[in-house]
Amino acid sequence: MGKTVIPIGPYHPLQEEPEFFTLTVDGETVIDIDVRIGYNHRGIEKLSESRVFENSTFLVERICGICSTSHPYAYTRAVEDIFPMEVPIRAKFIRTIIAEGERIHSHLLWLGLAGHFLGYNTVYMWAWKLREEILDVMEILSGNRNNYAMFKPGGVRRDINAEDIPICLKKIDSIVPTLVMLKMAVLDDPVLHARLKGVGVMSYQEAIDFSALGPTSRASGVARDVRKDSPYGAYDQLDWDMIVTENGDVFDKAVIRILEMFESIKITKYCLEHLPDGPIDANIKDVPVGEGIGHIEAPRGETFHYVKSDGTNRPVRHKVRAPTFMNLPTYKATVKGQTISDATIILAAIDPCYCCTERVAVKNEKGVRLYNGQDLVRLCREKTDRMRKGMAPK
Amino acid sequence: MTRAEVLTDLQDRFGDEILNFSDKSQNRVYLEIDPRAIVRMGTYLFRTLGARFNIASGTDMCDFIEVLYHFIIEDLNLLLSIRVKLDRENPEIASLSREIEAFNWIERELMELLGITFTGHPEPKRLLLADNWPEDVYPLRQDYEEWDETADRTRGLNNG
Repeated sequence: MGKTVIPIGPYHPLQEEPEFFTLTVDGETVIDIDVRIGYNHRGIEKLSESRVFENSTFLVERICGICSTSHPYAYTRAVEDIFPMEVPIRAKFIRTIIAEGERIHSHLLWLGLAGHFLGYNTVYMWAWKLREEILDVMEILSGNRNNYAMFKPGGVRRDINAEDIPICLKKIDSIVPTLVMLKMAVLDDPVLHARLKGVGVMSYQEAIDFSALGPTSRASGVARDVRKDSPYGAYDQLDWDMIVTENGDVFDKAVIRILEMFESIKITKYCLEHLPDGPIDANIKDVPVGEGIGHIEAPRGETFHYVKSDGTNRPVRHKVRAPTFMNLPTYKATVKGQTISDATIILAAIDPCYCCTERVAVKNEKGVRLYNGQDLVRLCREKTDRMRKGMAPK
Repeated sequence: MTRAEVLTDLQDRFGDEILNFSDKSQNRVYLEIDPRAIVRMGTYLFRTLGARFNIASGTDMCDFIEVLYHFIIEDLNLLLSIRVKLDRENPEIASLSREIEAFNWIERELMELLGITFTGHPEPKRLLLADNWPEDVYPLRQDYEEWDETADRTRGLNNG
């Protein structure tokens, strides 16, 4: 059978970053992949040059709809890096609480989507139900389920009320038993083991070469986490573990995200219980001439911002680098040689806010459509189903 | 190696090529180098010192185009930013993508947005801008002017 080209993308209503993949397949095996991005290039870096320092936080908060706090966090740290200054300790704790709450709900969202792709819709329902509890906590703390608008250069915009803390702690505690159940259900499922182990493997060296970030690199044994390597916020004042695994396959990427949620719960609870007193804002007046770099560990990996100031009230240059920019090219290493029915879950495994499978169409050389996106999800689920039946006790 | 040893080592190896050395703070060091040394410097930092490549950022400074390559040595919590200044009329620098895969996308982005030529790039094709975007218009240049007569960039402000 000759080579067939499969176009995936670029648009889908669920997707916040339209991407266009071209998979070249030989029979069922993917032999080449090319990625084209930029369909929703919004020119935010250029726009930021026309915003005063204070207002850019709202602009960059809208870059990502899921991990909305990661960009304001990196941006405010970049502005604070331009000149020597210290953020008040209470503001640092509040920032950490918001960032970790966001990590929990982002990982739950990924877990649900991964379950959906594999035909485990129960996992999808459970994960998204738990996510609601965390979103409620975020709403109590910030007033919003997402796009919290809590950050400003020098501190945070809103304080956390003492009377809200017990309610939040109770809500967080309430999800732990269900999360433990979900963890056991996913990690002890023989079908998931068979389905995901050894699929889409990225080696240690490949993770280094692509400068992969976050859970994508930690699944390949690269112990890399900005929270540990360049501590910020309250992370150096508390006890938590970095989760690293060795195999680099889709299963390990799932394991990392599930275990990280327990660490995030630990961090959030500690910060809420030990929230120090004091001011929440350093009240920055002017930003002097200079340049600053801010980087933080977002749910998907390191978010990096570079800000250059010429002494006026707006940046001359504001460079934004989201983690997916470094993680997306790793497809080249992980998808080649795999089957089409695995491509969906491998592409989803780096958590690229990727949901464009419905736009997939497989055509043969004469242009006749063989599969569409729903067919590909069906192929992925059928493979799980076959494995499940093969393992059922006779 | 300690922080001091890394910095001394870099100055010993690249002494002639380092044009400016700015030890901004404990975790931030800015080095301005001769653009011709970028491949040697980049591969040395990445392969020998085990630094991770964060990203590169380009700025149009009106008189010249500045590119900063940000590397982090995670064990030392040290962010090294390598600065090169390129001629604005003909900005050209050697590509690192052949040596290190992580440079591939950002070099393509800088090609499109600032018009920098990365010589020896393995796949110098368009990544971000639309297919109908003209070849010689670079949106992050300071003298960028609207080229698309049909575009409405008023964000609704002129609609009554």
